Amino acid sequence: MDIAQSFAAAFALILGADPAFLAIVRLSLAVTLTAVAVAALIGLPVGALLALSRFPGRGAVIVLVNALMGLPPVVAGLLVFLLLSRSGPLGPLGLLFTPTAMVCAQAILVLPIVIAITRQLVEDLHGEYREHLASLGLTGLRAIPTLLWDGRFALATAILAGFGRASAEVGAVLIVGGNIAGYTRTMTTAIALETSKGDLPLALGLGIVLILLTLGINAVTYAASRVGARFAG
Amino acid sequence: MTTLPTRRHLIAATASLLAFGGVALAQDARPAAPATAAAGTRFITVASTTSTVDSGLFNHILPLFRAKTGIEVRVISQGTGQALDTGRRGDADVVFVHARAAEERFVAEGHGGPRRPVMYNDFVLIGPKADPAGIKGSRDIAAALRAIQTKATPFVSRGDRSGTHQAELALWTAAGIDLAATRGSWYREIGQGMGAALNTASGMNGYVLSDRATWLSFRNRGDLDILVEGDRRLFNQYGIMLVNPERHPHVKRADGQAFIDWIVSPEGQKAIADYQINGQQLFFANASDSGA
Repeated sequence: MDIAQSFAAAFALILGADPAFLAIVRLSLAVTLTAVAVAALIGLPVGALLALSRFPGRGAVIVLVNALMGLPPVVAGLLVFLLLSRSGPLGPLGLLFTPTAMVCAQAILVLPIVIAITRQLVEDLHGEYREHLASLGLTGLRAIPTLLWDGRFALATAILAGFGRASAEVGAVLIVGGNIAGYTRTMTTAIALETSKGDLPLALGLGIVLILLTLGINAVTYAASRVGARFAG
Repeated sequence: MTTLPTRRHLIAATASLLAFGGVALAQDARPAAPATAAAGTRFITVASTTSTVDSGLFNHILPLFRAKTGIEVRVISQGTGQALDTGRRGDADVVFVHARAAEERFVAEGHGGPRRPVMYNDFVLIGPKADPAGIKGSRDIAAALRAIQTKATPFVSRGDRSGTHQAELALWTAAGIDLAATRGSWYREIGQGMGAALNTASGMNGYVLSDRATWLSFRNRGDLDILVEGDRRLFNQYGIMLVNPERHPHVKRADGQAFIDWIVSPEGQKAIADYQINGQQLFFANASDSGA
């Protein structure tokens, strides 16, 4: 009964195209995709660097990055909150309770995933093609761009995993965004709010819309990688 | 390793990997840039309670204030204790909560003020219609709590330092019950907001103290109903304060004060009194009552 109502609510949301609802969807996508882009920009080179460089304590760094994949969103949120609060070190920026703060928190959550998977992948590829790369004159860190390019499809999956983590989390964005109507309310914080108002069908309906969006983004990425693979092949 | 990539390929690869993000960045440029947002719209941040947000009161009154002044009010809904802490840290311009003793402490410590009374509603004791503690229809909240404790029927407590939680603790004391000594597994602290507490009570058919506004707007009632109401001790007063701009220079003194002045003005008070759900008034404006 409730489930049927939820699907009805989801369709009503999609077909109704209510501007407030669309703004929530837009903000959710903008925050999460920006956070994933930031994490990818930093994480891909750092992961590759970590894969190819040798330094004391490297093992500890790898373990730490792998462990941080399990960083609880609420802890990441709290960390960013304390940094950005007016009473915190970055308080003068006035960024708390803004979408920028939400991007920061989510980027922190996604970054370890991108670094860890990139590191593993590049290390494996490098082990396999070291001599081939050397014959092309690509030794040491100069091999990084080639390795990233060759691992691009697997790396896209790593980035999708990061996207999944960010788009699904509510703990961090709730703390640093404040769930302000029309400004920092996302799909997940709206779901939490509707749950607390006891409107469970609407809450689940919003959840269905979120899952459909995630499905769409994954489908587009998959199609793009198929097309890409054909050209590369 | 099927291709021998060139530098040009690489640039394309990076671009494609970040394609989604790039789109997002472009879209996000407006809302994410606080400097431009601050220049574009006048806004204040108000730390308030779950009851005022969940009940829909702000959705009703804030558009009226914005139409008159052009000031956007960004509301963060927290428990009263947390909302006062948000004010203490300077992360809000105005605090609008309901726990008079805690508010007076906030003012006395120099974090803000002066405190202005705004409105009241009342608390109600919610419980299962089957009423295992046998308290339905009573107007004596203290006797009702004693019955719940004696029969050890499940009672859901907010447990989050909110105004409602503080009121609940004061009521146990008024009932002569030392919770620390007598609480057992029947007393369930969940550490969450009013809606979550009502959902929990609905799920376990337990008793719970709620403000009337959140109850009236709550949808997932299940088998719950109001069992005790009308006791004078269930009175619930809301107050509003400007966060001290001398302590936090970024506080928007003029715009924050404009909101406070409006909400205690006849116009703001009428907006509050006009808010109804199913023909029932949720909050009763009483800014003119200086003793409230």
